[in-house]
Amino acid sequence: MYDVAIVGAGVVGSAIARELSKYKVNACVIERDEDVCNGTSKANSAIVHAGFDAKPGTLKAKLNVRGNAMMDELSKELDFPFKRNGSLVVCTKDQDPALLDELVEKAKANGVEVQILERDELIEMEPNLADDVVKALYAPTGAIVCPFHLTMALAENAADNGVEFFLNTEVVKIEKKDDYYVITTDKDVIEAKTVVNAAGVYADKFNNMVSENKLEIIARRGQYCLLDKDAGNHVSKTIFQLPSKMGKGVLVTPTVHGNLLVGPTAEDIDDKEGINTTAEGLDSLGVTSAQSVKNVPMRQVITSFAGLRAHEVKGDFVIGEAEDAKGFFNAAGIESPGLSSAPAIGEMVAGLVAESLGLEKNPEFNGTRKGILNPATLSVEERNELIKKQPAYGNIICRCEMISEGEILDAIHRTLGARSLDGVKRRTRAGMGRCQAGFCSPKTMEILEREVPMSMFDVTKNGKDAKIVFGYNKKI
Amino acid sequence: MKYDLVIVGGGPAGLAAAIAAKDNGIDSILIIERDRELGGILNQCIHNGFGLHTFKEELTGPEYASRFIAQVEERGIEYKLNTMVMDIANDKTVTAMNATDGMFTIEAKAVVLAMGCRERSRGALNIPGYRPAGIFSAGTAQRLVNIEGYMPGRRVVILGSGDIGLIMARRMTLEGAKVLAVAELMPYSGGLKRNIVQCLDDFDIPLYLSHTVVDIQGKERVEGITIAEVGPDRKPIPGTEIHYDCDTLLLSCGLLPENELSKTAGVELSPITSGPVVNDSLETNIEGVFACGNVLHVHDLVDFVSQEATNAGKNAAKYIKEGKQNATKEIEILPVDGVRYTVPKYIRPEVMDDTLTVRFLVGQVFKGCAIATYFGDELISKRKRPVMAPGEMEQVILKKSQLAEYPDIENITIKIEEA
Repeated sequence: MYDVAIVGAGVVGSAIARELSKYKVNACVIERDEDVCNGTSKANSAIVHAGFDAKPGTLKAKLNVRGNAMMDELSKELDFPFKRNGSLVVCTKDQDPALLDELVEKAKANGVEVQILERDELIEMEPNLADDVVKALYAPTGAIVCPFHLTMALAENAADNGVEFFLNTEVVKIEKKDDYYVITTDKDVIEAKTVVNAAGVYADKFNNMVSENKLEIIARRGQYCLLDKDAGNHVSKTIFQLPSKMGKGVLVTPTVHGNLLVGPTAEDIDDKEGINTTAEGLDSLGVTSAQSVKNVPMRQVITSFAGLRAHEVKGDFVIGEAEDAKGFFNAAGIESPGLSSAPAIGEMVAGLVAESLGLEKNPEFNGTRKGILNPATLSVEERNELIKKQPAYGNIICRCEMISEGEILDAIHRTLGARSLDGVKRRTRAGMGRCQAGFCSPKTMEILEREVPMSMFDVTKNGKDAKIVFGYNKKI
Repeated sequence: MKYDLVIVGGGPAGLAAAIAAKDNGIDSILIIERDRELGGILNQCIHNGFGLHTFKEELTGPEYASRFIAQVEERGIEYKLNTMVMDIANDKTVTAMNATDGMFTIEAKAVVLAMGCRERSRGALNIPGYRPAGIFSAGTAQRLVNIEGYMPGRRVVILGSGDIGLIMARRMTLEGAKVLAVAELMPYSGGLKRNIVQCLDDFDIPLYLSHTVVDIQGKERVEGITIAEVGPDRKPIPGTEIHYDCDTLLLSCGLLPENELSKTAGVELSPITSGPVVNDSLETNIEGVFACGNVLHVHDLVDFVSQEATNAGKNAAKYIKEGKQNATKEIEILPVDGVRYTVPKYIRPEVMDDTLTVRFLVGQVFKGCAIATYFGDELISKRKRPVMAPGEMEQVILKKSQLAEYPDIENITIKIEEA
């Protein structure tokens, strides 16, 4: 019997797991996919909002501001890429500048530092802003983060502090007993005193199995284009648009890894697995982004993707114990600013669970985690010392991102290590560059085969039936 | 470490450049190759048809490469395998890394860029749909089948009629897969005519010109591909969709010279070829840095790569021995009316070789036309070509003696005209 079973190993489930591991607790995380960070957490804007946008008084506002404030220290403790690059909400000459003033008011109420800048100052800051931009709201605390590394860091640290992770395990049914829950999965039956529902777009399904306070989560698709690092300096800040009659607008932002990201679209869809992109969606990004940033080099797209935001119809995050199901805690409806809020959601939910179970602090908790070493950050002498000890660090596997075999070995052998091409890619960036794994995937497959070890025929892109090769030549 | 000449890349271009440099008197040469053997992409091209021009026989890719590798070995030219060049500074300091030497720098008197090219990826094509397993560039599939011995698909659709895609249509078929169709966005094939015949027609694989992939289905592995006809604007025409149940999509939609290192050296690149802009000695804007092979512009036949690289090696040797050639005049070659670009772009009549081969691709299919060369406004030559296609390289040969008769011209124009 577990004290806590968390459903979902996205950024929210992982943040809750890590916060819970600060207590003496017998906890597990149940994840249907083969890796953490495989749903909404992997396909979003990769930004940490300053917190001026959310309606004052809501959980979104409170947790966004708190989550943003937690990021600096967290990124040091857990060693993930995070950068306060600042953000701008730009207003064009055809738009109503009063909308910016409304944001200033909200920022004040939420306690977020912002200022209004005029075109002269803006152009000095961001020379590629569209010619029609007349003024903007500047939020210096706006930031960018690597969502994969944030999630993996939280999950790894939770696992290192004793939380069990059941990957490739899909929850089928949750039943409430008198003072515990029975969770039926496609593998084993898991019993737990409390359940945390961090199941993303499926959080309504699990809530509705145990509670009469029904939730309804709509999958809101967002499509993105990621551009080559050559385009990474096109803007230095995250550029938002004011909502207009054309829609909510798209953002243009650098990523922490130096690419340029353009998106998202916003489409409510029926299929909660509908992470496909569409021609109309992708085409629209170039047109819409041009309203705030000029000359975005859309020809330098290296990949496009879509993610689903878990939009709860009432609009705010749904966080807390279900009134009619004691011991069932929701972290549901976590759409934007969910990534920004995740550390704060973790803190809040873990606090509620700990109070409910009367948990004691875990004196052995170790909150630091070392990320995968990036040799490019070392001096030549340090790098050569490393290669002498571990020659694999001298063997480049991914030529576009210059990722060595040593980094891939680290990704495979660390806590909750990579077991698929995407697992390696998200941990190391091998395959994430301009050739999109054309050259390195056969090599990475060989390394997985040797190191996991696993059959070449079981190597997948991202788990389940996402197999890469079917058999030997002539044997298919 | 110091070498007279560092050659970045041990594929067909790098090998031919090294051999030529050695034969022209340079002993201190280092070839740096990132893969585990010399030969480059030829090693996975196990089909025949290589070397018709060079050796007057049909060799496989590995056989063609092995002839050059043997010459490199005979001459005792040094090379490092499994070694990645990390940076080239504009003073020709090359930084490289491998597992045994760590990170090291080489001061070179001259550098030959011979890094080859990469394939355009699904992402760069911005094909909509899901992102399941089973989408490969044709070259990746070729490596899996020919080098590793693994089959990446059973039922296959191919987008793009580049040569690797055509070759893989046949290869996958021979290894037991069913290739359902090849779709090509353009109204003409991007590959060699002989490959259409030998790889598609002979196996009854349909080629749909003016078609593209409009949707990829399947959440884990590819489950289906939808193609549709495109109009003159290359946009899909609703109602023309054809659906295939398949597990694999191969992409053969163009090759891109890999010039990330050239950029670190400050080499000027052509927006048309994505390769360096070079003069008649295949020298880039950075003195002593030469380029050849697919890093310079994408070739159709490896024989032309070898010829070009031989010139690059020879010119690098000359530079090392004699220093910069003083020329008072540089003439630009203007590619117009169907000629997309030329390599080289600039010619120095005083110091050029006695004959110079200018290579280029045309922008569309031309039937019954001619290649015309003008010195200034004066028509100098006109050569009939029954068929010219964008996938097949064309050339014009310029003579130093002929140019000497026109000392005052400011440019040379090469264009396609009615025959």
